[in-house]
Amino acid sequence: MQAFEYANPTTVREAVGMLGARWGEVDVLAGGTDLLSLMKEHIETPRRVVNIKNIKELGGIKKHGTEVRIGATVTLDELERNPDIRRYFPVLAQAARGVSSPQIRNMGTVGGDLCQRPRCWYYRNGFGLLGQDKDGKSLVPGGENKYHAILGNAGPAYFVSASSLGPALVALGAKIRLVSASGSRDVDAAKFFVTPQNADSREIALLPNELVTEIVLPNTDTHSATYEVRQKEALDWPLATASVVLNMAGDTVSSARIVLGHVAPTPWVAAEGQMALSGKAVSQAVAMEAGKAALEGATPLSQNRYKVQLARVAVKRAVLMAAIGKI
Amino acid sequence: MPEYSWPPTDQRRVIGKPTKRRDGLEKSTGKAKYSSDLKPPGMLFGALLTSPHPRAKITSIDTSEAEHMQGVTAVHVMTAAGKEVQWEGTEIATVAAVSEEIANDAIRKIKVGYEVLPHLVREDDLAKAGNRAKAAGEQVTGDPDKAFQEADAVVEATYGIPVITHCCLESHGNIVQFAGDKVNLWPSTQNVSAIGGDLGKSLEVPAANVHVEMQYIGGGFGSKFAADSWGVEAALLSKASGGKPVKIFLDRATELKIAGNRPSAYATIKVGAKKDGTITAWQSTSWATGGMGGGGMPPIPYVFTEIPNKRLNHTAVAVNAGGARAWRAPNHPQASFLTCSAFEDLAAKLHMDPVELFTKNLGYTSREATYKAQLQKAAEIMEWQKRWHPRGQTHGPVKQGLGLAVNTWGGGGHASQCRTTINPDGSVVLEIGTQDLGTGTRTAITMVAAETLGLPLGAITLRIGNSDYPPDGASGGSTTIGGVSPSTLKSTTNALRKLFAAVAPALGATPEQLAAVDGRIQVKDNPSKSLPWQDACRKLGTNKISEMGENNPRQPGGLMGQGVGGVQMADVSVDTETGIVKMNKFVAVQDCGLIINPWLAESQIHGAVIMGVCGALFEERVMDRQSGKYLNADMEFYKLAGIADIGEIVVHLDITPENDKRGVIGLGEPPAIGVIGAIGNAVANAIGVRVPQVPLTADRVLAALEGSNA
Repeated sequence: MQAFEYANPTTVREAVGMLGARWGEVDVLAGGTDLLSLMKEHIETPRRVVNIKNIKELGGIKKHGTEVRIGATVTLDELERNPDIRRYFPVLAQAARGVSSPQIRNMGTVGGDLCQRPRCWYYRNGFGLLGQDKDGKSLVPGGENKYHAILGNAGPAYFVSASSLGPALVALGAKIRLVSASGSRDVDAAKFFVTPQNADSREIALLPNELVTEIVLPNTDTHSATYEVRQKEALDWPLATASVVLNMAGDTVSSARIVLGHVAPTPWVAAEGQMALSGKAVSQAVAMEAGKAALEGATPLSQNRYKVQLARVAVKRAVLMAAIGKI
Repeated sequence: MPEYSWPPTDQRRVIGKPTKRRDGLEKSTGKAKYSSDLKPPGMLFGALLTSPHPRAKITSIDTSEAEHMQGVTAVHVMTAAGKEVQWEGTEIATVAAVSEEIANDAIRKIKVGYEVLPHLVREDDLAKAGNRAKAAGEQVTGDPDKAFQEADAVVEATYGIPVITHCCLESHGNIVQFAGDKVNLWPSTQNVSAIGGDLGKSLEVPAANVHVEMQYIGGGFGSKFAADSWGVEAALLSKASGGKPVKIFLDRATELKIAGNRPSAYATIKVGAKKDGTITAWQSTSWATGGMGGGGMPPIPYVFTEIPNKRLNHTAVAVNAGGARAWRAPNHPQASFLTCSAFEDLAAKLHMDPVELFTKNLGYTSREATYKAQLQKAAEIMEWQKRWHPRGQTHGPVKQGLGLAVNTWGGGGHASQCRTTINPDGSVVLEIGTQDLGTGTRTAITMVAAETLGLPLGAITLRIGNSDYPPDGASGGSTTIGGVSPSTLKSTTNALRKLFAAVAPALGATPEQLAAVDGRIQVKDNPSKSLPWQDACRKLGTNKISEMGENNPRQPGGLMGQGVGGVQMADVSVDTETGIVKMNKFVAVQDCGLIINPWLAESQIHGAVIMGVCGALFEERVMDRQSGKYLNADMEFYKLAGIADIGEIVVHLDITPENDKRGVIGLGEPPAIGVIGAIGNAVANAIGVRVPQVPLTADRVLAALEGSNA
């Protein structure tokens, strides 16, 4: 790990004053479950690390009338155990639960989950965010791509978004508050995640001088669920996930949000899948149709066609869980 | 010449009784110090610079900037300019510094020029191996062509099992102090008594000048016998740093790249049989790699070696990747997987229950009766007859299936010497230059001593893990328990005889009339005539007793033996919509000898099954054809099972009077052999189609299902 200056602010105002103008200069430390390994591998070599765990105002989950606010340093464990989250937003609690190690849930934070870097093994082996060789050619399409994207993968990005909470937050229509020294802005979760066009840009809309401070969830009367397909029960990344939020009128779906995870460089809104559910009562057949529709247009790479099937099944099962509570 | 024997089963007070590990508390509380935990005074930190390229010529190397860094005490070039490296992770240079951070920073300051050369890192597609493939000569037995022509049923398929690595929880490494002509070595080794000689040879220091100490080791599995480059390098850095100790332990990525692996094995196998399931012919075309040395042919057909008509061809493929090392029963898991997969496929083609097919062909094995009984026992525990179904015949998206495989292994006991000291104050000290790999060797030795001396376990002080103690063999080939148990028995028996001689006059008896029972020395026929152990020892006056005992591998004398078989069965569920396989239950029926401690024996089998589950479901080294990099050299995408992935494990040990008579036989390796084969067969049984390559990941399972539906 390269030597760095360690900053330990206690207020947001102080913290944002310490951030950098360009990516790579300053990194924000919360749980550290991703940042420390990036630094040890010299993939991130910041000159300053800003620890935000001592900023009290970034903690806590609060219900304010019609909305719930989740502080950026709330741990995944706190999120998953919170009675309001479990009751009103099972899609989010289940997504947090899917982070399959108690150690990571205890240390990892909500903000960290959103800002963590992709797990693409070309990126992690030093080939840059886009996994390119020295001539700028991506190693992914002709390489080992079984864990890579099947949607939104026209290039140059082929990695999958690592965020576990992202799909659920997009499905819920959450807003993410970003604060800089010059003010704050609320970004729709759907717009927070972006597909980078070059290796120097980021996969999120956050600017280098901004800090994620909280997530705002609109109060909902929805039925929701996240289903994750994972190779192992123990510590492992998902192969595909689906987060589903349904507005129901009796037994009928009046509107649906279906967002896929770990299949594209961003959480992936499956518009066709949503339409396939609209106005229908959920059954096995309807859920399966939604799964099929959700993956229309998938463009698998040489080794990851199986993920199309996994994502279809994830949608089917998440829809069934959300609508009738079992698969 | 005194005779030695194990006490009759009905007279054993300690041996054979489930007994807690002597070091369980130390290990679970962290009090136990592994070599990687140690910090001798003045210790420096070593770091290793390794090649990022799978094959390259080193054109230049400049260490000057690293040498001038503050805190750096020594820099040593291992691979000089002009030399070629043959795999990613090859050691280039090392640095010693006053902190780990400085050492790691310093290796980044070493400038190395590489001329990158073409590489081959994958062997799965033999057609692409070109001149890296070296075929061995064909071996033919009987008339395979005729036998296949006359066979009622023939199956042919290609199976594959990839390179996996040992994943020792404690990575490879050591602390070495080289001052003057003396060396202190704190290794992580399976070979305490001999590793000093190995290191001394490289350093041109007499073995007698190398002192070795290791109390605990975090796993070896066959990969930790030699002094290795990190031993030599730490010594040289120490010497160059004024004799201060230097610590080098590999980081996880380097560990996975260069500290050994289990060779792959691929094979196209054809098996012919009569309608009744009698196998008549075997043909295999196999290939494998274990790095630049290629990879040998696994012993196939496995266990069923006497199939009358056989044709065997094998090709070794040299790839630019780190070299193989022994991995828990070298080549046997691969052989069991290949053979038992082909047999299961044959059974499916013949619409036979595989238990029946395996049983039918046991005449081709060297232990027909053992396997027959084990197949029955395993089937009984698994409720095979009730629960087994022909391939694929279950309803719903989640399919359940059963599968089986067999194992065999040697064992025996390695050369071992033990010294028992009985002091006049009654204290007892045993010394053996052995190592406890985590298998419970400490506990087993203490139990044998307690049994012989009639003392509680707590009265025995055992010293191991030090080259000053009487030498003991390397812990490989499941030979440790068979080595240390006889040497302990003999040494303690010899010491006790000396004690009897000293005590006999006071008890008015001859030494032969005495026995050591429950902490007393007593007259056998008249237990009322006795002395407490400590009073008896006081009769030694000022002279302590010090007696040796030796195990000679070639003279088992009924104390230890070799040659076991086992049958293993798996019960799995497969979600056919996702291709995810879940372990329900695993049954391991294992042949054994005299069991010193049933809990330790079962624990060995649990560990072996867990390693097998990892190999069957998750583990593989992923090499990138383009860059030649080992992409998953980490604990994230190099996947290992967690507790929730393992399922229930049921162990049945064949504890019988006949097996007891064979003496002690090690169990480290045999139960690790059949697990992958059994799980692969259970998945085939569940989903109705063979998944030809392990690990049985979602992509492979779905592809197999799709192929069968096409």
